[in-house]
Amino acid sequence: MKILVCISKTPDTTAKIAFADGGKKFEEAGVQWIINPYDEWYSLVRAIELKEKDPATIIHLVTVGGADAEPIIRKALALGGDEAIRINTDSSDSFYIAAQIAAVAATEKYDIIFTGKETIDYNGASIGGMIAALVDAPYISLATSFLIEGSTATITREIEGGEEVVTVNTPVVVSCQKGVAEQRIPNMRGIMAARTKPLKVLEPAAEEHLTSIESFELPAPKAGVKLVSPDNIDELVRLLHEEAKAI
Amino acid sequence: MVLVYIDHQDNQIKKSTLEAVTYGVALAKQLGTEAHGLVLGNVNDDLAALGAYELKNVYQINDVALAHFDAQVFVKTIAAAATKVGATTLVFSHNQTGKAVCAGVSALLKAGLVTGAIELPKTDAGFVVKKTVFSGKAFANVSIQTAIKIISLSPNSFHTTTGAAATASITPLDIPVSAGHVKVSAVNKTSGEISLTEADIVVSGGRGLKGPENWGILLDLAKELGAATACSRPVGDAHWRPHHEHVGQTGVQVAPNLYIAIGISGAIQHLAGVNRSKTIVVINKDPEAPFFKAADYGIVGDAFEVLPKLTDAIKKMKASA
Repeated sequence: MKILVCISKTPDTTAKIAFADGGKKFEEAGVQWIINPYDEWYSLVRAIELKEKDPATIIHLVTVGGADAEPIIRKALALGGDEAIRINTDSSDSFYIAAQIAAVAATEKYDIIFTGKETIDYNGASIGGMIAALVDAPYISLATSFLIEGSTATITREIEGGEEVVTVNTPVVVSCQKGVAEQRIPNMRGIMAARTKPLKVLEPAAEEHLTSIESFELPAPKAGVKLVSPDNIDELVRLLHEEAKAI
Repeated sequence: MVLVYIDHQDNQIKKSTLEAVTYGVALAKQLGTEAHGLVLGNVNDDLAALGAYELKNVYQINDVALAHFDAQVFVKTIAAAATKVGATTLVFSHNQTGKAVCAGVSALLKAGLVTGAIELPKTDAGFVVKKTVFSGKAFANVSIQTAIKIISLSPNSFHTTTGAAATASITPLDIPVSAGHVKVSAVNKTSGEISLTEADIVVSGGRGLKGPENWGILLDLAKELGAATACSRPVGDAHWRPHHEHVGQTGVQVAPNLYIAIGISGAIQHLAGVNRSKTIVVINKDPEAPFFKAADYGIVGDAFEVLPKLTDAIKKMKASA
């Protein structure tokens, strides 16, 4: 079995979000970078678990990014995976990114392609669906559990107000979220091994950008909290009803 | 033409779809064109009643392969339909179904996609859509450069408006539908619960409630308000509440009219999942809890005393209204 895990570099969940150049650019100064949590905690760890059960499994990691993405892909390799591919380009356009990964997938013929349900920076939730359409494979979104027996995967996915269990034969593209696996911490052996794992750098395929970010904005600051005494709950209800018109 | 994807579940058109219809109709007016709906499969709900949202016509594709959801099949069918009817802008809700299909349609049509839009695009020069980024901590204005454009609308960001009762025409659309590869073997609905992402009011509990056995007072309040229930990450991780109730950066992101946080300190990751709520009420006995900085109204007090009183006060208000 051959698995591709898509890895994205994102700012840490506690990073202060600010913009430079009059809102044109994300302010990178002082920002800690991490593996997108959905890519790391769920897709990558699940792929590693599948390899632990079946050591013949091959795991490739792929990221689309410049040289500054290398520490992130090395960190992912320290958790697990056999080799990594970095496609040497960057973009905020999901289609451009997905088309780069689909080009790799077209030659490598993976049985499973895992993505996170979204990245925590652009919140596009699009890469998995686009790759699936480009390689013409079934797509299972928002998975909360992934099991495989032979070439048949049994996947639980989130639907509105509940979950649905589906079965599908590989190849399949799956976007993962909480429930698929549990977060792991890389150990020293993994970190040492990651240094010598192959990291291939590919130049990007000629693909189109369909969108571009014009500018960023921060939300308007809150006016400040109105405190109500716990002995005067009727006043809170009145404010919610008359002032906020929320109930 | 603006084509709005009409999503349905259990023979009901979803509330998030009605928001997408309202958005699509408003966008069509702005662009000086017409809005039509597109429904896949059979739905035992009153499609013609969508006319009240000023939708003139709904295209319907009926095929046995559409009886259950398979993203690959739906994507191909929607893309073929959009091409056949000459749609220039497609609108989806950014709900579970929208997330499963809109990206694939974008890739097949090579149509630029913005997911999680929160307002109508600016179309005076170009086509620029505002969306949330960094999990609600900021917004981005994204320009779509392709002839066909696709928008998925963030739930609860655009209010539905209806005009006078009117009837939308239903036009069957003949599109060949390929057989799918996905089999649905079970559906587990948490019956009777209000869907978290669609709810107008969300009542959410944290570690301050001390244990799952104490959730009764929160559930009473939620029931009185007709609210969905949610929880913080530690509560989900400790299995006090089901995982799907976890709101925050790595859980569900919500944007209700009213979010009531009880015994939640307000870590930055939790705020990322709720900061698009219109009104936030925080109840916490710790006056230093960071959540108060993000709140509109706050009560510094013991949840075990405040909650029953709040439920009673709402009952009283409703009785006198």
